[in-house]
Amino acid sequence: MKIRNNIALSDSGFIFDPSTGDSFSLNPIGLEILRMLKSGKDKSFILTYMVDTYQTDMETAEKDYDDFMGMLTQFHLLQEK
Amino acid sequence: MSKPHYTIAVSGLNNIDSPGPGMPVIRALKEAESFTTRIIGLSYDSFEPGLYMNEWVDYTYQLPFPSAGQEILMNRLRQIQNIEKIDVLIPNFDAELFSFIRLSNRLDKELGIKTILPEEQAFEERHKANLSAWGQKHNIQVPPGTMIHSIYEIPAVAAQYGYPLVIKGKYYEAGIAYSYDQAVNWFHKISAKWGLPIILQKFVTGTEVNITALGDGNGQMIGAVPMRKQVITDKGKAWAGVTLEDEKMMDFARHLFKETRWKGPCELEMIRTKEGALYLIELNPRFPAWVYLAVGSGQNHPEALVNMAMGNTVKPMDTYDIGKMFIRYSWDMIVNMKDFEQISVHGEAGKNKKEN
Repeated sequence: MKIRNNIALSDSGFIFDPSTGDSFSLNPIGLEILRMLKSGKDKSFILTYMVDTYQTDMETAEKDYDDFMGMLTQFHLLQEK
Repeated sequence: MSKPHYTIAVSGLNNIDSPGPGMPVIRALKEAESFTTRIIGLSYDSFEPGLYMNEWVDYTYQLPFPSAGQEILMNRLRQIQNIEKIDVLIPNFDAELFSFIRLSNRLDKELGIKTILPEEQAFEERHKANLSAWGQKHNIQVPPGTMIHSIYEIPAVAAQYGYPLVIKGKYYEAGIAYSYDQAVNWFHKISAKWGLPIILQKFVTGTEVNITALGDGNGQMIGAVPMRKQVITDKGKAWAGVTLEDEKMMDFARHLFKETRWKGPCELEMIRTKEGALYLIELNPRFPAWVYLAVGSGQNHPEALVNMAMGNTVKPMDTYDIGKMFIRYSWDMIVNMKDFEQISVHGEAGKNKKEN
């Protein structure tokens, strides 16, 4: 899965979905993950990065990642690669 | 080369909580790049705010209510035309449109006033009461609907469509009923205000999305801007909205114009289901009150309409800014009793009276 091409993502973590008019705010870590997704990074790359960069273990990182992806799916921000 | 100067009459100056489109249309006309304007307001009520907005409206004349009849309206317009020499008239009230459509040829031939309005048949066919059949005729997806005149007809329709049911007035207002009792309540509430018939429509779940658009009457869409309401008042009116990028909506609108040859402005009210299907729930045969969002995002539909009316070349507008928002606000004007008296007693008012 990747972020839909027409989703606008600003440096502040503000997301605008031009298809629905919905907007969202991301925290800095959410923004980092979304940028990685946008640039085509896969789940294992992102999880490794999170564990290396932040004080967290792989299990927690994966759970949070899956939650986050679930939220992005729920808001229709993802598309098949 | 100097720009042409047009005198344009506009109704719908009721810039209230359920706003008429008049003031946004006037704002669009004042910002037109291809001509300059003198704006003549046409009002029905001394409390219409636009009457007192002298920076936008040069002079206003009161019109008789549509119920007075077309001949009385024609006579009033003749009086006004003797003073003003109106080039184009843009009616913006649902309830007055029928009279103006009926009079449009006479307005042109007898008074020299141009209009761009839908054909009477198209106007009648897209009425809420007929929308379902109209949709079928033109291969446009519309939720099924039935016109009723009595509460005794509700159970049979409800058995067919199921609850919730959308209960709609002839011109305005709608409610959602989740039971027979609620349907009866809405029936009485709306029919007391707007009369009969009442329209029962199958409820389609989804997000409401809208398009403001203009057609040339030959199947060509001159412009269209899709929008989603972000803030909605208790009257269901948009208080904020944002332009969308949605090719499916644009294709829907293009198909509608091509198929129906709709002439003039309109607002398409649609429901987009979770699966992405689009249903037309209403076609309003005039500019919507949020039409200035189209101007703000790069398409000046009122300007295009005036140019069409004046026989000028109008190129279809294909692009607009996506993610452009409007946020409406209210503003208290201080009005002198003298000005209120002027319109109430003399039926005309303004700071820029034309001297003959």
